[in-house]
Amino acid sequence: MSKRYRPLIPFLILTGILIFVAVFAPFLTPYDPYLQDLEGALAAPNSTNLLGTDRYGRDVLSRVIMGSQTTLCASLLLLLTISVFGSLIGAICGYKGGKIDIFLMRMSDIFLAFPQMIFAVAAAGVLGGGLFNAAAALAVIGWPKYARISRGLVLTVRSMPYMDAAKMAGTGSIEMLYRHVLPNIAGPVLVTAALDIGTIIMELAGLSFLGLGAMPPTAEWGAMMNNGRSMIQTAPWVILSPGAAIFITVAVFNLLGDKIRDVMDPKNQRREVF
Amino acid sequence: MILSVKNLAVDYGKTNVVRNINFDLERGKILAIVGESGSGKSTVLKAISGLLGRAGKISAGQVIFDGRDITEIDDEERRKISGESIAMIFQNATASFCPIRKIGEQIYESVREHKDRSKSEFIERAKVFMKNIDLDESILQEYPFRLSGGMGQRAGILAAMMLEPKLLLADEPTSALDTITQVGVVKELLKLRERQKISILIVTHHPGVARYISDYVLIMKDGNPVEFGTKDQIFDSPREEYTRELTEAVSGNWKC
Repeated sequence: MSKRYRPLIPFLILTGILIFVAVFAPFLTPYDPYLQDLEGALAAPNSTNLLGTDRYGRDVLSRVIMGSQTTLCASLLLLLTISVFGSLIGAICGYKGGKIDIFLMRMSDIFLAFPQMIFAVAAAGVLGGGLFNAAAALAVIGWPKYARISRGLVLTVRSMPYMDAAKMAGTGSIEMLYRHVLPNIAGPVLVTAALDIGTIIMELAGLSFLGLGAMPPTAEWGAMMNNGRSMIQTAPWVILSPGAAIFITVAVFNLLGDKIRDVMDPKNQRREVF
Repeated sequence: MILSVKNLAVDYGKTNVVRNINFDLERGKILAIVGESGSGKSTVLKAISGLLGRAGKISAGQVIFDGRDITEIDDEERRKISGESIAMIFQNATASFCPIRKIGEQIYESVREHKDRSKSEFIERAKVFMKNIDLDESILQEYPFRLSGGMGQRAGILAAMMLEPKLLLADEPTSALDTITQVGVVKELLKLRERQKISILIVTHHPGVARYISDYVLIMKDGNPVEFGTKDQIFDSPREEYTRELTEAVSGNWKC
């Protein structure tokens, strides 16, 4: 790996571990996360159930591991959708300008005018519960942010002297787009996306916590916290375990986002042969 | 004649910013457009180079380059002559390189737009040019922000000259530099003309630079041409009062 990217390694390893756990969750759980054992309900953490059991006697550790798959997959897919779609819309608006720019930006203004979470709650309520509907509600309100960011970046890049210089060097429009525009906007969009993973995980978990996301018995961190809410004093491990999982995941992705921002800035780099 | 500008007028939106511009530039000669800030000299250069942007347009006149009116050509034809036949040096050459990619990579890509050259061929050729303009070859491996003003301007000259264009446009190439570096860059341009018989159209607000470098001078004010003539005619026996005022601003550093 190039020296430029070395500072990313520890954070990529941590992210890799999280993704590995999410992808191979069914093989990593010590017990069936959906298997109920009412006799062993609400057992405190012990050597058999490392994170205890919930009110149905399900192993909390197994459910946290299984929940990583649901939560991370849903969050990453949602993030991919809104960042790609939003950035594309913004790039088109910035590059083309004119009526299409005015129309799409006014559309984004409409969505930005609503308080994000309240709109998501309302939309998820109208669409009905379920993880897919919760993600759809968040997608509807999530894209304008990326559209605005990428539009602003494209407008800035378009007015830079190096764009004129590239044009004067005979660079074609498509080459300008992928050599100069996209690399110059990719960094900030990528950093925003990396920093957004945490927010999206929390928003999805929040909707599930409110009963508008993943439906029982699906193992999902927000839904698990919702289930443990009433037992916070009697069986705190039920709510704290998925809470800690959210905390760690959000922290890892935020740190990764910070590091990506650092390595994308050429002023932080050492000399290398081109 | 490599370049003839006839009755050129440029509008930005509904505002006419430049009008009645006429001049001819012979092969191997240097023409300087001189004027205060806002006189429209850079707009003339942008009209010739096709860099007027969305808001600007040529509302009248012709720009005949190498026998063709280049105000009529389509984007693809413009792309083909840009870089290969007409190249440009910018006021802030460092900012004319993409900040996140290395100088060598960017110049190589510009060359590849027009000629099928391997990287090793490019580096060999670049080394010859770099030696001529007193530029260390290590700058190919640098990011633009690492270059000083003078090095950046020389890198800009290198980028412009790699394809050996017939016409070099220079938009205030010395105005962001200190006096000593200005002299260096102007001398490089003169050497370039001697070596490659290239025609140069330079825009400057500094009459001294124009007197030092040019064969012909066009004086502009408020979007209008004031006077056009040979260097000696303009500086030694100006016909217009404004030309006299402007040329009297020549600094002692630049007297020939």
